[in-house]
Amino acid sequence: MTQLALVIDLNVCVGCHACVTNCKQWNTSGSAGPLADFNPYGADPTGTFFNRVQTFEVGKYPNTQTVHFPKSCLHCEEPPCVPVCPTGASYKRADDGIVLVDYDKCIGCKYCSWACPYGAREFDESRRVMTKCTLCVDRIYDTALAENERKPACVLACPTSARIFGDIHDPDSPVSVAIRESAGYPLMPEWGTYPSNHYLPRRKTALHIHKDELQRADNPLKIDGLLPKPAKSEPSLDDVMSW
Amino acid sequence: MKPAFSVIFLTTLIGAAQGLFLALFTAQSYVLFGLLPQQNEHTFYAHGSLVALVFLTGGLLASFFHLGRPERAWRSAAKWRTSWLSREVIVLPAFMGAIFLYGLAHLGGWKLVLATLESGVVIDASVVLGAIGTILAFALFVCTAMIYASLPFLREWHSPLTVINTILLGGASGFSLAATFAASGAPELMRFFAAWAFIITLLGLVSRSASLARNRRLKPKSTVQTAIGIKHPQIVQKSSGFLGGAFNTREFFHGKSPSVLRSVKWGFLLAAFVLPALMLAAGLWANVPEALPLAFAVQYPGLLAERWFFFAQANHPQNIYYQAVT
Ligand code: SF4
Ligand code: SF4
Repeated sequence: MTQLALVIDLNVCVGCHACVTNCKQWNTSGSAGPLADFNPYGADPTGTFFNRVQTFEVGKYPNTQTVHFPKSCLHCEEPPCVPVCPTGASYKRADDGIVLVDYDKCIGCKYCSWACPYGAREFDESRRVMTKCTLCVDRIYDTALAENERKPACVLACPTSARIFGDIHDPDSPVSVAIRESAGYPLMPEWGTYPSNHYLPRRKTALHIHKDELQRADNPLKIDGLLPKPAKSEPSLDDVMSW
Repeated sequence: MKPAFSVIFLTTLIGAAQGLFLALFTAQSYVLFGLLPQQNEHTFYAHGSLVALVFLTGGLLASFFHLGRPERAWRSAAKWRTSWLSREVIVLPAFMGAIFLYGLAHLGGWKLVLATLESGVVIDASVVLGAIGTILAFALFVCTAMIYASLPFLREWHSPLTVINTILLGGASGFSLAATFAASGAPELMRFFAAWAFIITLLGLVSRSASLARNRRLKPKSTVQTAIGIKHPQIVQKSSGFLGGAFNTREFFHGKSPSVLRSVKWGFLLAAFVLPALMLAAGLWANVPEALPLAFAVQYPGLLAERWFFFAQANHPQNIYYQAVT
């Protein structure tokens, strides 16, 4: 079975919101209808987005890290939002694991949004139905597009390649390899939702230099030297022979 | 969570109607088994059923205001296998139908005897319909409550107490409504209803207080650490990703200060439980019979406040992602 998902690398996300805007652009232009914006140029703008990039500060000044954190529907393997839907408008596709809302069936009762612990669903005030990330289901299978463009809009937009798209049930897919080899983790594992999207942690490449590595440790007493003993900073025999 | 007024009215109105129906059928059962004197209350039961139907219709209408697409509401009966909301949508009209037939059976005086127990108790159509209605009333209580209690991460709701409270609060308001209604229709039953209303109101006070105590001790399972998966004691959100509001900042926050919350809590404890219990007690034992019919008028607004607080107190884990609105 296939489970399509995104893997988001927090180590390289720079918080530029390119994924947010490209997601909005693609999903507002499709046949499913626009993602409404209200008061876009006013004091209190609001609108529907499938993807948001948030920013957190970890640590205490001066030892802080700024973490940009993109969040969209995680296409959970055990999605709590699906069984609660009274109409069947919310469903999980059996063949690729994408969680979708059928906008023609949804009655806008918002119960599914209560049942998603991640706040990934947004009620669209103009269409009066529940909306959420579709993993660009209307792109990824479109044979009219070049093959390398059959990816979610957010993935294509990301300038740092912080977003990887693929099948997490295929052990050799780039997403599975990234999760396995770069310590990918799910969000809020405590609720047993088994999110398909994973996040790669911040990583620091640290080089540990021990004190004895700063000074030659293999001939500390310089016993090969002539008397009077040369200073420790003078070249030793080893150094001479390796010239 | 943001209290949804349509849902608050739905729950309180249908709760009172369910309680009222249970009150009517309890009285009828007492009469049936000779525990209350036999009088001719058939019109009272019929009118009482009508009142219950009016409340249920009111609740049903209120619920439509919660929907984005009310014209598609019929679709919501589809997923009864998995969704408590869907189950409620099915049981509610079934219950209304049962009450309608029950009222009709009394109004038309259907004397069709279906069975006679060994003791000589006659089971006629109204008794059977009443029993079906009773089962449906309890089923509806369970469905309504499980809509909330079945969501594990809304921990304030995820408890058997949510179900018990729904039953007791609906029952209490229904019996006090029955006492009010009996004041004109069947005065001989008023004390009977009031006594039960008093007992159920006190039980409701106990179980609601128990859930308040439970919720006070709850420790959140999700933290900002599990929400973004970074292990550090000090994590502060700097941006939620947008300038204005969003569905996520409107639907899940009540936006009131803790002091408002506290006042509502004490307000509903007084209005939904303490005051009606005192009024019922005064009417029953202190010779102030005028107090009995008024208990419902105090209790119902109290239950509206109780529902408001029920929503406001629930803390959705998604709020962790929206601590800073910038
Ligand atoms: S992230 Fe939320 S909306 Fe998406 S599948 Fe999981 S529970 Fe459902
Ligand atoms: S808002 Fe729509 S998708 Fe969500 S539970 Fe209600 S009917 Fe289902």
